[in-house]
Amino acid sequence: MSGPILEVRDLEKRYGARRAVAGVSLDVWPGEVLGIVGESGSGKTTLLSAIAGRVAPSAGSVTYDGRDLTELADVDRSRLIGDKIGFVHQNPRDGLRLNVSAGGNVAEKLMAAGARNYGALRETACRWLDRVEIGRDRVDDHPSKFSGGMQQRLQIARVLATQPQLVLMDEPTGGLDVSVQAKLLDLLRGLVDELGLAVVVVTHDLGVARLLAHRLLVMKDGLVVEHGLTDQVLDDPAHAYTQLLVSSVLQV
Amino acid sequence: MSSGYNFAYLDEPTKRMLRRSLLKAVAIPGYQVPFASREMPLPFGWGTGGIQVTAAILGRDDRLKVIDQGADDTTNAVSIRDFFAKTAGVATTLSTRDATVIQTRHRIPETPLQHGQIMVFQVPIPEPLRWLEPRETETRRMHAFADYGAMHLKLYEDVARYGRITTAYDYPVLVAGRYLMRPSPIPRFDNPKLDASPALMLFGAGREKRIYAVPPYTSVKSLDFEDHPFTIESWDRPCARCGAADSYLDEIITDDRGGRRFVCSDTDHCNQRLDAKEKAA
Amino acid sequence: MYVAVKGGAAAIRAAHELLADVRRGDRDVPQVDLAQIDQQLGGAVDRVMAEASLYDRELAAVAIRQARGDLFEAVFLLRAYRTTLPRLGDSEPLNTGAMQVDRRISATFKDLPGGQVLGATFDYTHRLLDFELDAPDLSATTPVCTAPPPPRVGDLLGADGLIEPNPDDGSTPADITRDPPTYPASRAARLQALSRGDEGFLLALGYSTQRGYGWSHPFAGEIRRGFVDVEFVPEELGFAITIGKVEVTEVDMVNHFSGTEDTPPCFTRGYGLAFGHGERKAMSMALVDRALRAAELGEDVAGPAQDQEFVLSHCDNVEASGFVQHLKLPHYVDFQAELDVLRRLRAERIEEEALKEAAE
Repeated sequence: MSGPILEVRDLEKRYGARRAVAGVSLDVWPGEVLGIVGESGSGKTTLLSAIAGRVAPSAGSVTYDGRDLTELADVDRSRLIGDKIGFVHQNPRDGLRLNVSAGGNVAEKLMAAGARNYGALRETACRWLDRVEIGRDRVDDHPSKFSGGMQQRLQIARVLATQPQLVLMDEPTGGLDVSVQAKLLDLLRGLVDELGLAVVVVTHDLGVARLLAHRLLVMKDGLVVEHGLTDQVLDDPAHAYTQLLVSSVLQV
Repeated sequence: MSSGYNFAYLDEPTKRMLRRSLLKAVAIPGYQVPFASREMPLPFGWGTGGIQVTAAILGRDDRLKVIDQGADDTTNAVSIRDFFAKTAGVATTLSTRDATVIQTRHRIPETPLQHGQIMVFQVPIPEPLRWLEPRETETRRMHAFADYGAMHLKLYEDVARYGRITTAYDYPVLVAGRYLMRPSPIPRFDNPKLDASPALMLFGAGREKRIYAVPPYTSVKSLDFEDHPFTIESWDRPCARCGAADSYLDEIITDDRGGRRFVCSDTDHCNQRLDAKEKAA
Repeated sequence: MYVAVKGGAAAIRAAHELLADVRRGDRDVPQVDLAQIDQQLGGAVDRVMAEASLYDRELAAVAIRQARGDLFEAVFLLRAYRTTLPRLGDSEPLNTGAMQVDRRISATFKDLPGGQVLGATFDYTHRLLDFELDAPDLSATTPVCTAPPPPRVGDLLGADGLIEPNPDDGSTPADITRDPPTYPASRAARLQALSRGDEGFLLALGYSTQRGYGWSHPFAGEIRRGFVDVEFVPEELGFAITIGKVEVTEVDMVNHFSGTEDTPPCFTRGYGLAFGHGERKAMSMALVDRALRAAELGEDVAGPAQDQEFVLSHCDNVEASGFVQHLKLPHYVDFQAELDVLRRLRAERIEEEALKEAAE
């Protein structure tokens, strides 16, 4: 692939008179992790939802691999987003079927894509459990019995099983204990490297941003106020808002 | 015919509405067509969908057979047959071969169906994805997108848990390679009879207000895995009455000491075989 | 010998003869006549008419008697009759503003134009069994209200813009008896479904919104009950003529609403209408109507009463009663299929355990 895998141009999302996202453009290249940071209400989650087709943008385009997602028929967009673009929810309960076994959660999308061999499906599911460090002996357990960290790892396995090229993550470590967060971040970083994934990760946690992201966008009031390489943005913030954001947290 | 009501109970505009829905259903095999279901003098859940479909297609020259659990003489079958005998005055029959319209609950007759015959199924819950998704808005989207991974998921869970697919009846099928369909609560045993059948299969769900259809000679595939293929029930003994070894058997408890007999669920099939035996003897 | 476990026509006939006998009861007790049901069991008649969505006191009384007082059964009888009636046309919308009220109360204003008219009500009665009721002294009859129709409370609030306007957009409302349901359902379709919905179900749902399962701060803005004219425009005349009167109970619930970016805070409405003396029903309906508007008004949909698929697909007692009771029908075939699967699973398990034991 020669160009960016994801191009967002002048994306806008209005709710009544309020502009939650007010004209944002960004590029994500294959293998690159882009972090979007900002406080709550800055529009970062709305931006991610608009990219993922979960909310319809009011204006602008979202081009994945040369195709404008906002122009696609619902069915095509839905297939593309299920298959080639993964979405990791902040709350794993939103991204998992809690009344279905861990193996079933991983296998579902493969079956939707046509896989019909039970033995092969189960083996694939087990291999994904290995990769996210969930024991194979848990393959038939329901995720409702898992801890929060395990649920989040299972959600990641479910998303990655269809081998997406782009993964969108909304506060993937939010709601987890600090020690669990660290382990998950480590795992995520390994998987992203190993699989060469392109990732857009939304977080209010600058520590997460520093560990995962190559580049950062800083959002405030629906606008991108600063962008650049992660270290540059965090260590030498140019915009007053970024300076405030960086100074308000402990340095990692 | 009892006075005061139209032929086959329903008024003609209602029948026209039903026929339009039926035509759409035939044109899109397996697709659930919403229709404005009417209250019938029988309760919802007792075959009102099937009755409305039958009322809409019945002509004066039809011969109607009604079965419930395969039998012509179960209470609900008797009640529905009487209803049409009274409101339409059509001929009724117990013979699968002689019937032009067969309304059924939970079985497809053992006698092979012929071209020109119409099966009318009573359907309690038409939506195959309902077990996973209670919302109609969501299941309609899943059908529109042919997003059927979830249905295989149920089979996956069966195998993971029990080592085999345990769905015993109302076993999901894919119709004409497109729509996922519930065949109504017929046993798995009857699923193969749906595939490429020469008869027209109509399905009516009165309470849920849906009609769907499988036109003659249409592919109907029961979902399965390559390494866990679809199988049907089998018995290690023949019918205790007619000796049939290839029919679906009902279990009859004969005493309180564990005594059991197995006999054909299809009473017409069983009786025909007995008659033939007697004639031969 | 093979004995079929089957009912057969004779058994059904006998069962129905028994029912007729039980329905009639002791022959020494006179049979209740339709006028008695209409006049003395008016609450039952009203409820049956409302849930059957057919306004005919005499037919409702016929149904109640035939159903031996089982009101679900009576509703069902009347519905099955109603569905066969030809549809001659639609009446004009009822003008409940011109209602000749025999009851009209508001919980939002102590006094208001038209006043508080209590009318016949169970409210404030002490629920003590009255063993003398068969010999009531009605020598002093209370005069009924004959005042001109009072203005609506909603209109009084509307004049100041304090309550959302409720304009007629001129569109033809859905007809849930003629169009299959689709979701999301229009408010007209929802109100129709609620109006014929089961009173007990709506009561419980309305109650749940008051107990926190759904956001709700209702005030009974106005409850009015009385007769309204039914007007119809015959094609050959081209103007409306009055073809009769129906008695209805109408409820306007006033609910708080915090507004959005586009709309300033104002009161919103929940609406209830039921045939006859249907105050409990109409109030419940108004609570549920407002709860079902949550999505439209940008509120969280959290409680069951706010979930339109849940409410609308389960509020009809003819459907619900039929499907619950269909479990009485034979299920031999499906049960046999389940037995087959269960036996195989158990056999496999026993075999496995035997192998395990042998290995140990």
